[in-house]
Amino acid sequence: MEKVKCECGHVNPYGTVICESCGKPLQDEGKSLLNMRYEGAARRSQTYKRSVVDHIWNFFSSVKVGIWIIVLLLVASGFGTIFPQVEFIPPGENPAVFYENEYGTIGQLYYLLGFHNLYGSWWYMLLIAALGVSLVICSLDRVVPLYRALKKQRVTRHEGFLKRQRVFGTSRGLDHEGEIEKATKVLNEKKYNIYEENGNIVAEKGRFSRWGPYVNHIGLIIFLFGAMLRFFPTMYVDENIWVRDGEQVPVKGTDGQYYLYNENFEIELYDEDDELYQEALMREGSSVVETYRTSAVLLERSDDGIVGSEADYEKVKSHDIEVNDPLTHDGYSIYQVDYKLNELSEFSFRLQSVADDNGDVPDTEITVDLYDPEMSYDLGGGYVVEIEEYFPDYVFDEHNQEPTTATRIPDNPLIIFNVQTPSIPDGEKSVVGVQTNEPILGENEYRLELSGVEMNDVTALTVRLDRTLPLLIVGGFIFMVGLIQGSYWSHRRIWLQQKGEELWVAGHTNKNWQSLMKDFEAISSNTNIAMPIDQVEEDELEQERQYQRRRDEDQGSDVDA
Amino acid sequence: MPELSSNLLLVAFFLYLLSTILFAVAVTGKKFRNRQGHFQNRSGFLGYVASIIGFLFAMGYFITRWIAAGHAPVSNMFEYTAFLAIMMSFALVIIYTIYKSDILGLFTMPVVMLIIVYASMFPTEIQPLIPALQSYWLEIHVITTAIGQGILAISFAAGLIYLVRVIDFTKRNKRVRGVEFILYTILCFVAYISLSIGFNVAGYEAEFQYINENGQEAMMEYPMPAVVGPNEGQLLTDQAMEPFLSAPSIIESNDLNTVVWSMVSGLLLYWLIRLAIRKPIGAVLQPLTKSISPQAADELSYRAIAIGFPIFTLGGLIFAMIWAQIAWTRFWAWDPKEVWALITFLFYAAYLHLRLSRGWHGERSAWLCVIGFAIIMFNLIFVNLIIAGLHSYA
Ligand code: HEM
Repeated sequence: MEKVKCECGHVNPYGTVICESCGKPLQDEGKSLLNMRYEGAARRSQTYKRSVVDHIWNFFSSVKVGIWIIVLLLVASGFGTIFPQVEFIPPGENPAVFYENEYGTIGQLYYLLGFHNLYGSWWYMLLIAALGVSLVICSLDRVVPLYRALKKQRVTRHEGFLKRQRVFGTSRGLDHEGEIEKATKVLNEKKYNIYEENGNIVAEKGRFSRWGPYVNHIGLIIFLFGAMLRFFPTMYVDENIWVRDGEQVPVKGTDGQYYLYNENFEIELYDEDDELYQEALMREGSSVVETYRTSAVLLERSDDGIVGSEADYEKVKSHDIEVNDPLTHDGYSIYQVDYKLNELSEFSFRLQSVADDNGDVPDTEITVDLYDPEMSYDLGGGYVVEIEEYFPDYVFDEHNQEPTTATRIPDNPLIIFNVQTPSIPDGEKSVVGVQTNEPILGENEYRLELSGVEMNDVTALTVRLDRTLPLLIVGGFIFMVGLIQGSYWSHRRIWLQQKGEELWVAGHTNKNWQSLMKDFEAISSNTNIAMPIDQVEEDELEQERQYQRRRDEDQGSDVDA
Repeated sequence: MPELSSNLLLVAFFLYLLSTILFAVAVTGKKFRNRQGHFQNRSGFLGYVASIIGFLFAMGYFITRWIAAGHAPVSNMFEYTAFLAIMMSFALVIIYTIYKSDILGLFTMPVVMLIIVYASMFPTEIQPLIPALQSYWLEIHVITTAIGQGILAISFAAGLIYLVRVIDFTKRNKRVRGVEFILYTILCFVAYISLSIGFNVAGYEAEFQYINENGQEAMMEYPMPAVVGPNEGQLLTDQAMEPFLSAPSIIESNDLNTVVWSMVSGLLLYWLIRLAIRKPIGAVLQPLTKSISPQAADELSYRAIAIGFPIFTLGGLIFAMIWAQIAWTRFWAWDPKEVWALITFLFYAAYLHLRLSRGWHGERSAWLCVIGFAIIMFNLIFVNLIIAGLHSYA
């Protein structure tokens, strides 16, 4: 493609709108204000429109498309909050029926459209991917030309460039040199950088803020990339473990390398007599948990590599895990998330004779560990208690018409015992559970009397490893730097140029024109240079005055008629 | 200490009122040309001073309550909402130093006062913190977010100024109706506050027995006469009003009832004002805004967003994520509150990009400023009270 040579001698890339060097408008010769976006530099998306690559490039570099992507994400995200997402519905609920039961037909539709898992849906992911692509392309499309144009700009600018700036003014009959010198001093004080050429100056300030958007977009790209890495194995661990008091369990997600020992779990409630909170606690009507904590010991398993040899557990560290204070080691964090108080852990029984005349029943207590019961207990003298079946969390399966267990947690333990005695060597069966203790067939001669119950506290911990965090932190940090850079500074330029008898002033800023005008006020109150006008503001006020005049006339004629 | 604290807030409230009055005098009163040829008016400056002193008293409330409670008072609806209003006044104090705009003060301060009173309709006693909130990140995250939102709220005031300034109220069209709707919404809040205080003073209370969403009998209290009663509700209180309608069980019918009361009384209030002034309310406000050029109002609204957006992003998203990683084990949980913070972020990002295109400065931009503030208030009120998620407010 051919390059464009400007009358100032500078050779501009094909597609340039405003000469990079002198600022002469190359494409439109009109009178209206110059469109200063990207300094009128040639952008790929505005220049090449032929191949498929061009079309894709142009599509994603368009700000309009970018805005559509953002708006679609916004609306979609909003939809996801109408009803709870599937991970927030009560545990154990079947989403297929939950939404319909709870929210009626609309809820069912919500579920059928997949909105119950909106943020994990393919199309939401696709929108985020489109955002990423758009960010990369739109930034590349603009930042390179913008950089070129800002680097190549000359001090002396073409007439058409100055006149068609938003802020423009002329003064006559001044001592040009002297006034420019005075103005330079004012602008120096305002921390402008001054460049001089042939007695003309351009004062520039805050150019670095022009890179703000690109820096923040890069940060965003890094962040999105980091968030995507999560889906690769080994980058992310999300496991739950339940640990009982005094129990040691392998830390899931660590391939058996680490173990966690729960020394003690405890819970503290707010003191209801505390004057400070009394009123609030009364309103609450129930006690409020202040803290819950697991005194945990992290152990590392070290076996010497010999198969079958006993493993050694070496203590790594101990830590009181609380909400907001996880145990961290080797990239893993173990968080306090939940707890269960008073979970059944042991039942104790004594064997008794129902009729009380069946000879000497040994007076031995048996203790059944509800987590992992032994199946047989020999009481001596021919008395043996056997466990035929054990359901830690008994339910009756309606479908198969048989008893079964819902979970392995002893929330509703049910035991079927077979008691063998000298008089009944085949044994007699009974079923024992929470508030049940009955013979299975007819009457039994012996009965296992519940003599003790032990309970345990259980702590729920989450194991987390997230190797994407460093990338997210870097991305987030760069994003913030760019955001601040672009938002809290603006790029201002003030041109002072001698044009024969006249002294021309023009100004441009990428934002905050009122602040630019204040700088001009400082110049005009310290020199004889006249205050330039903000042509946009002036036009607007003029239009308003005309409109008002017309309306007043209309009303006047109304009155006449 | 709690007593002192609430008295300080009361003083702050009256200083805000004083500041509003002074700004009003500044905008309507005579102006004097100073040496540089600028129009100036002393009462504008005094209004500014009053807003600063008011802000300092409000911070006095904040600090004394912090000391009394042992944690920053930003952990329930009253505390957060009041703090948001205080941060709006803080934002005004900052932005006034750049633009010296009295009209901005006049539009901002009443909103600040309204939000403070609205906040105090919620239970105001000091509450204990649940374990998830016991972290210094509570302070860092919430305070930064509130500062950001407070500054963003200024763009609402400036956007409203722009709209009132440029719209031709002699016509009857969508734009006029739009501005009137904004004003009507504000009046609904006024109505809600008056009704709450009124019925509370009168000691009104109605108790219902009803069938809740799980098909069980439950009790519900109504602070205002029930127009919309609960599902299969039975009035237990003597001499209370019987409801005309009954709500389905999944809706908190007493809240719905309050909303209905506020909207209807807001409408009544609106029409009373219209009857008195015989033109749109915007038309009465318009002369006040003539002192500012539309360009200046537009820039003001943009500037507030340019300043507030990074702070909001830092507090509402980045600090939020850091804390969530510590307290909830993961930095992002798609909790409704979080999602609405993301929506706010995306909305203002879209706004900033729209302003890159022609035709999106001025009026359209001003409407966006209003919508942005509506999203913030929606997140504060609706999401907190109705779609409550992991964020255990209120
Ligand atoms: C949520 C995602 C995004 C965020 C948070 C974001 C943020 C920003 C911010 C803060 C600015 C500066 C605006 C100003 O100072 O007025 C900006 C500018 C810009 N953004 Fe984005 N952006 C996002 C997505 C996009 C996308 C998808 C595109 C592509 C079409 C895009 C294209 C641009 C352009 C062209 C600029 C102007 C650059 C300049 O003035 O030199 N942005 N962006």
